[in-house]
Amino acid sequence: MLPLILFFIFAALCVGGAINLLVQKHPINSALSLIVVMGSLALIYLLLGAEFVAAVQVIVYAGAVMVLFVFVIMLLNAGVEERTEHASRVAMVLGVPGLIIGLGLAVWVVSHLAGLDRIAIGGPMVMNGSDVFGNPQAIGHLLFRNFLLPFEVTSVLILIAIMGAVVLARREE
Amino acid sequence: MGIGTYILVSLVKIAVALAILLTAVAYTTLLERKVVGHIQNRWGPSRVGPFGIWQPLADGLKFIFKEDITPPFANKPLYMLAPIIALTTALTSIAVIPIGPWIKLGSINTPLQIADVNIGLLIILGVTSVGVYGVALAGWSSNSKYSMLGGLRASAQMVSYEIALGLSLIGVLIYTGSFSLRDIVDSQAGTWLGFIPKWNLFRGQFVAFFIYIMAAYAETNRIPFDLPEAETELVAGYHTEYSSMKFAMFFMAEYANMVTVACLASILFLGGWSGPVFGPPIVQSLLPVFWFALRVFAFMFIYIWVRGTLPRFRYDQLMAFGWKFLLPLAIANIVVTSLVVALK
Repeated sequence: MLPLILFFIFAALCVGGAINLLVQKHPINSALSLIVVMGSLALIYLLLGAEFVAAVQVIVYAGAVMVLFVFVIMLLNAGVEERTEHASRVAMVLGVPGLIIGLGLAVWVVSHLAGLDRIAIGGPMVMNGSDVFGNPQAIGHLLFRNFLLPFEVTSVLILIAIMGAVVLARREE
Repeated sequence: MGIGTYILVSLVKIAVALAILLTAVAYTTLLERKVVGHIQNRWGPSRVGPFGIWQPLADGLKFIFKEDITPPFANKPLYMLAPIIALTTALTSIAVIPIGPWIKLGSINTPLQIADVNIGLLIILGVTSVGVYGVALAGWSSNSKYSMLGGLRASAQMVSYEIALGLSLIGVLIYTGSFSLRDIVDSQAGTWLGFIPKWNLFRGQFVAFFIYIMAAYAETNRIPFDLPEAETELVAGYHTEYSSMKFAMFFMAEYANMVTVACLASILFLGGWSGPVFGPPIVQSLLPVFWFALRVFAFMFIYIWVRGTLPRFRYDQLMAFGWKFLLPLAIANIVVTSLVVALK
């Protein structure tokens, strides 16, 4: 029962942060709301028993990535955003169907709430009935045994992206 | 142990840990002023009590009674929030740090640690990475040039050195195979030939130890890496506009972080609380804590010694040192450690 209550508290915090992110006019307040979203997501991972993923979520997203966001906002000294006079037409065309789909998903989730007890909130998530999922050892085995090739290919992809960023950022001599 | 006893024991442990940490923070400031004083051939504080031992109390009272000024041009909510983030994150890290083995008091058997979690090291890294916001937001929300430059320098420096710091720990993790700080200490028990302790420092993590120490000095913004508050260039850096208790909170956060870093260095590289244990049962249960405190004290002393000895880096030197020297060295250390473990 307690994990379920905690889940709803963190989920409310997460959704509240996400809404605040859109409503706030100053970029730094939006960035801070995004940190709240990242942090509450980490807590939800922790409730699922995925402690390694939770810690990495905090270190990488709430720590490193968002610090860079805040850093750039500070460096550019970005002020309060200005609202344009007329609304974007693309947003009007794509926004309404998007909103309908989102609301439909929400209704579907709420109407299936009865099945919520099947999700293993609070306990260690069990995969294939044998291996505990989410602890560092299990993730290490999955990454370096079962998914070694995708893992290495992804790291090469990230390396290419870093090289690209360096090339683009380098000043012409 | 029932849930009621568990909560009671936890609350007692939290209160004791907080009291020890804050006392250590207060008396580190006195130690620093005394030692730096003697290094510079003067006495340091000597008026309040014998050898100046009540000086931290006098300083605390002074901070409380000083006028608390909020600059009219500051972003008020964030200006209030920044010191809270800095101090909270600095005090949170201590929750997962073990200071001794399990102890037995009557029917209660409990570890000398607030929370024995299996990802202790990751929690400390996560909490530290969130602590950057305290400094960054303090610099931004003060709306002053000096604070702003200090905040920018601090966040860039802390993010850069966090990478070298994290990578320097991986060698230890390869040896131990666990993120739990208690497991890391237990894996260093025993000796070679009866007198050389099996500390990670002597098991080939010599380079990693020095990378960790240098990165930790940069993470805590201490000399020779105290660019964020370089007083000759930036007045006081990110906390230029802060006064009274809000300034004291940044000050306490800095010293609490130093204590955490020293505890972590003892646990990871110097065998935690290992050491000779003898005498009657009560002495036997307290000696490990004493050995641990001795190591932490040695690290704090070296911190202060370095401060009294070395000049400050230039900012471009700081960045080049972190990215072009410490980072490749840390990666090389991981490769060599993995090879050694794989070939064994």
